[in-house]
Amino acid sequence: MKTLDLFTTAVANTFRSKTRTILTILAIFVGAFTLTITNGLGTGINQYIDDTVTSIGAEDVMTVTVTPDADSGFGGATSGPTEYDPEAVSSGGFGPNEGGTVVALTPELLDDLADVDGVLSVEATKSITPDWIQYGDGTQYVTSVGGLVAGQSVQLAAGEEPDATSDAFELDLPISYVEPLGFSDADAAVGETITIAITDAERTQHLVDATVVGVAEESVAAPGAGGLVVNAALTDSLYDTQNIGLPDDQLERYATASIRFDANATDADITALKDNLADAGFTGTTVADQLGTIKTVIDAIVLVLNAFAIIALLAASFGIVNTLFMSVQERTREIGLMKAMGMGGGKIFGLFSLEAVFIGFLGSAIGAGIGMLAGTAISSVLSGAVLADLPGLTLIAFDPLSITVIILVVMAIAFLAGTLPAARAAKADPVESLRYE
Amino acid sequence: MLVTMKTPIIRVKDVHKSYGRGPNRFDALKGVTFDINEGESIAIIGKSGSGKSTLMHVLALLDAPTSGSLELEGVETSTLHGKSLNQARNKTFGFVFQQFFLTANSSVLENVMLPMKIAGVKRSERKQRALAALEQLEMADKAGNKAVNLSGGQKQRSVIARALVNNPRIIFADEPTGNLDTATGAVVEDILFNLNREHGITLIVVTHDEELAARCDRRLYIRDGLLVNDTTEVAA
Ligand SMILES: Nc1ncnc2c1ncn2[C@@H]1O[C@H](COP(=O)(O)OP(=O)(O)O)[C@@H](O)[C@H]1O
Ligand SMILES: [Mg+2]
Repeated sequence: MKTLDLFTTAVANTFRSKTRTILTILAIFVGAFTLTITNGLGTGINQYIDDTVTSIGAEDVMTVTVTPDADSGFGGATSGPTEYDPEAVSSGGFGPNEGGTVVALTPELLDDLADVDGVLSVEATKSITPDWIQYGDGTQYVTSVGGLVAGQSVQLAAGEEPDATSDAFELDLPISYVEPLGFSDADAAVGETITIAITDAERTQHLVDATVVGVAEESVAAPGAGGLVVNAALTDSLYDTQNIGLPDDQLERYATASIRFDANATDADITALKDNLADAGFTGTTVADQLGTIKTVIDAIVLVLNAFAIIALLAASFGIVNTLFMSVQERTREIGLMKAMGMGGGKIFGLFSLEAVFIGFLGSAIGAGIGMLAGTAISSVLSGAVLADLPGLTLIAFDPLSITVIILVVMAIAFLAGTLPAARAAKADPVESLRYE
Repeated sequence: MLVTMKTPIIRVKDVHKSYGRGPNRFDALKGVTFDINEGESIAIIGKSGSGKSTLMHVLALLDAPTSGSLELEGVETSTLHGKSLNQARNKTFGFVFQQFFLTANSSVLENVMLPMKIAGVKRSERKQRALAALEQLEMADKAGNKAVNLSGGQKQRSVIARALVNNPRIIFADEPTGNLDTATGAVVEDILFNLNREHGITLIVVTHDEELAARCDRRLYIRDGLLVNDTTEVAA
């Protein structure tokens, strides 16, 4: 029998006992559907994280802190109260020691940092803590302030990024502040002036006016950590205001600094740079590092969900074994006749295992297809509701490669399930099969 | 005898066939020897359980003899394996069974094309040859019908069309009229003997029906696994 005939005969045989075939396909469908959805979940979330990293354009930026001494810092092995360190400052923004104190970066340490091999430029992160912001006579809201490292970009809902070279005080407002502050929408906020209140070291409050030039979308890794994104002129002004009255030896103390490295650096280069930093007493973290942890957790969850789907598929594969054993049983006479007519055992085996593979294909293709439709529908419903605050997130996304892999894996499982019945058919003795009376 | 000068199409020498082992061993054939010449019509006749079907299965290469030798067109069949064995089955034999063995829900055409499908004949040629065979049996108008919807006589005609579609040298017919009424049975018999006379296809009929056996050139009587009588009738 020619291969094509073998294939078409197997496909035709699949539909001979429709109810049985449909039930088997349904079982496989459940497994493939689940696998598609869980995989899509992993793909969707990880894609969003990747997109976020790329869109903020911070691949060549690392956040650096001073590595605390193991025996003097928190998280160290020693117990008991931590000794006071006059060089320690409170760390703002997100870094590995968020919320705690870190050893401050002094101008000398910044120079050391600049000398580390692989570091192209160093920029101290000026930590600014405003009291509130206000539009006109509206309500005052608490916020945080962050700047853009050169090369970073803001995902904008309206307007543009603050101009780094301008002397004017410019900022981007997070979209969540637009309505509370009293603007009708994002576009209405652009061009308006808001007031920022900040208290100096002598407990005197100062008011600074700045222009809203853009409105930023929120994202898991937004520059400015979800607060105001301000330009250099405004940063300097706020920082200087905040430090009024601070003794000279308390000036120029920074919790973190941003360094830039070669944009074409490979993973190995980045690891080498981190090693160099570690040798010099610094700890470096890239945006990808910070998000990498999230990705690991998501991958683990997806893996567990996939395991459930695989279990469903294994259960379904017993359905295939059963279905094919029944077909072999029913078609004993036919198998015997085909053998009597000179069909080899190998071809008979092929006929039945192709039937199993085809059942697997139907179940997985339908499962993956409907899974994709359902996943897309779920994503679009959720992104309009629960996930509206995370624009750009497609919760369940699909890439052709993993869909193909799912279908192929299910077909392989089906083939394995089919080997047992197919081998029985191949071994059937034509004389036994054709005996009657 | 003049015909013995030619190589017989089948030569059976002291063939034994036993089932089971040890105390359960049963000798279904206890040493049979005979020749069949090309173009002959032969009846294997005997009571139920005498070993007719066993002998036919051995002759059709569906079962190997326990001992003895079987030559097909001068070739010792125990030397045939795998592909050559399957090819011999596919090209040499056609089968007509009492129970028809048609695939019920497939069309008559599909059923008739099956041996050619196994042989690897192209689809277009398969169809054309199957239709020609059905035409020959006056079944062309039923080609598209499902086999399950045919009458007994129509089923057996379809089976005969399937048996001859690959141009076999030998047609084995095991109780070909057993499931048919007398009139229909007679028509089927006529068709088989016609194929034998007009096309020179060797016909081996297994039967316990004396009347059918009487129409054959030769009758091999078998009892308890032994050949008891071999008659060669001088045809009129
Ligand atoms: N597979 C088998 N195992 C054991 N005994 C068998 C088997 N096949 C046939 N026989 C026995 O061999 C004898 C001949 O059977 P068979 O050739 O079918 O007879 P017939 O076709 O003449 O009725 C019977 O007694 C039958 O019971
Ligand atoms: Mg019998």
